[in-house]
Amino acid sequence: MIKSCELCGIEKPAIKRPKTGQGICKPCFFSAIENEVHETIISSNLFHPGEKIAIGASGGKDSTVLIHLLDLLNKRHNYGIELHLLSIDEGIVGYRDDSLVTVKRNQEVYQLPLTIVSYSELFGWTMDQIVKKIGLNNNCTYCGVFRRQALDRGARMIGAEKIATGHNADDIAETVLMNLLRGDHFRLGKSTDIVTGEEGDMPRCKPLKYLYEKEIVLYAHYQNLDYFSTECVYSPNAYRGYAREFLKDLERIRPRAILDIIHSGEMLSVSAPAPAKMTCERCGNVSSNKICKACTLLETLSKP
Amino acid sequence: MSVHIAFSGGLEDLFNKQRNLTVPLESQLTLKQLVFHLKDRYLQTRPELFMSGDSLRPGIIVLVNDMDWELCGKDDYVVQDRDAISFISTLHGG
Repeated sequence: MIKSCELCGIEKPAIKRPKTGQGICKPCFFSAIENEVHETIISSNLFHPGEKIAIGASGGKDSTVLIHLLDLLNKRHNYGIELHLLSIDEGIVGYRDDSLVTVKRNQEVYQLPLTIVSYSELFGWTMDQIVKKIGLNNNCTYCGVFRRQALDRGARMIGAEKIATGHNADDIAETVLMNLLRGDHFRLGKSTDIVTGEEGDMPRCKPLKYLYEKEIVLYAHYQNLDYFSTECVYSPNAYRGYAREFLKDLERIRPRAILDIIHSGEMLSVSAPAPAKMTCERCGNVSSNKICKACTLLETLSKP
Repeated sequence: MSVHIAFSGGLEDLFNKQRNLTVPLESQLTLKQLVFHLKDRYLQTRPELFMSGDSLRPGIIVLVNDMDWELCGKDDYVVQDRDAISFISTLHGG
C-alpha cells in the first residue's frame, strides 16, 4: 500500500490514475486534471478571445465537470470567452425533467446564463410522444438525430460560435470501436477529432477528450459537484452498451487501453471521401442529403 | 463490527433507493466477500448491474475511507470496523 502521494510525497494518496498508474493525493489530482485540460485547450487552439461558447449541459457528470472546468480555467487563464449553458429537453418525464433541475442548480452556482430548447418546440414531438407512437424500437435513433440538430439550433439561437460537449476518453474510444465494428469509415476517421464540423457553421469541441471517465467521476466526487445520475427511462442504446462493457473489461486489465484506442484512431488515415454538405430543402439545416435525417424521421412519425 | 456503505452514480436504484447503509458484519470480510454479502442481503434488483461473474462489475469505482480501492488491494482488502466504503457507478449517462 502506498503511504504518500507519488507526486508531492506529502499527502495521503486518493486515486490511482489510470493513465499513469500513479497513486496521487486530492490536491495533486485536481491540479493534474485542470492543467491537462488547459493544455488540451491551448494545444488544440479550441477557443479564441471574444467567442461565445455553448456548453451542452445535461446535468450528468461529464457536462457538470465540463462546466466547472471551463468556468475555472476561463477565469484562471483569461481565455476571454463567454460561457452559456445549453440544455436540450427531449420531453422524457421522470428523466430529463429531473436532470434539468440539476442544471438549474448549477446555473445558480456558476452564475452562467442557461437556455433550454425542447424537442416539442423544435420538432412538435416530445420523446414520450414518439415512444408512444413507435414503441421502444429505434427510439434512440430519433433521440440522437434530434439532439444533434437541437444543439446546433439552440447554439445559433443564443449566438454562440462553438459548442463544447463533455465527451470523455471512454466515450471516444467507444465510438472508435463502434465505427470500426460497423465499417463506418467516414465516421471512424472523424471520431477522434477534438473539433468537428468546422466546415459547417457550428463547430463542436471536446475539451475532456483525454480524461478518463473514472477521473471525471472522482473529480466530481472529491470536488462535491452536484450531478444527476439516472439511466434514461427508455431502453439504452444496446450496441453502445456492448462496446462500453468490452472497454471496461479491457480497462480493468490494462487501463492504458482506452488512450491507446484513441491514439490508434488518431493515426488512422481514412480514404473515404467526406459526404458533401448541403442544406436540407425542407428545414434549411445542415444535411448530407437533400432532406435531412431529422426531417426524414419526422415524416415517418406523421404517417398514421 | 459494522461498516458504513454509500451508493451513488445510480447504484442506489439497485438498493431500494438507499444511498447510505450501515451493515453489521459478524466476521471479518475481504472487499470481495463484502460485495457478495451486499448482493445477497441488500440488493433488490438487477444484480447484473452490480456484479459481473464473481466480481464487482467493471466501471464501478470503490472508495475505502475516501481512497481509491486500487490503492489498497482491491478485492483482497480486509474490511475494518467502521470503514466507510463508497460504490460509485460510472456507467450512467454524462
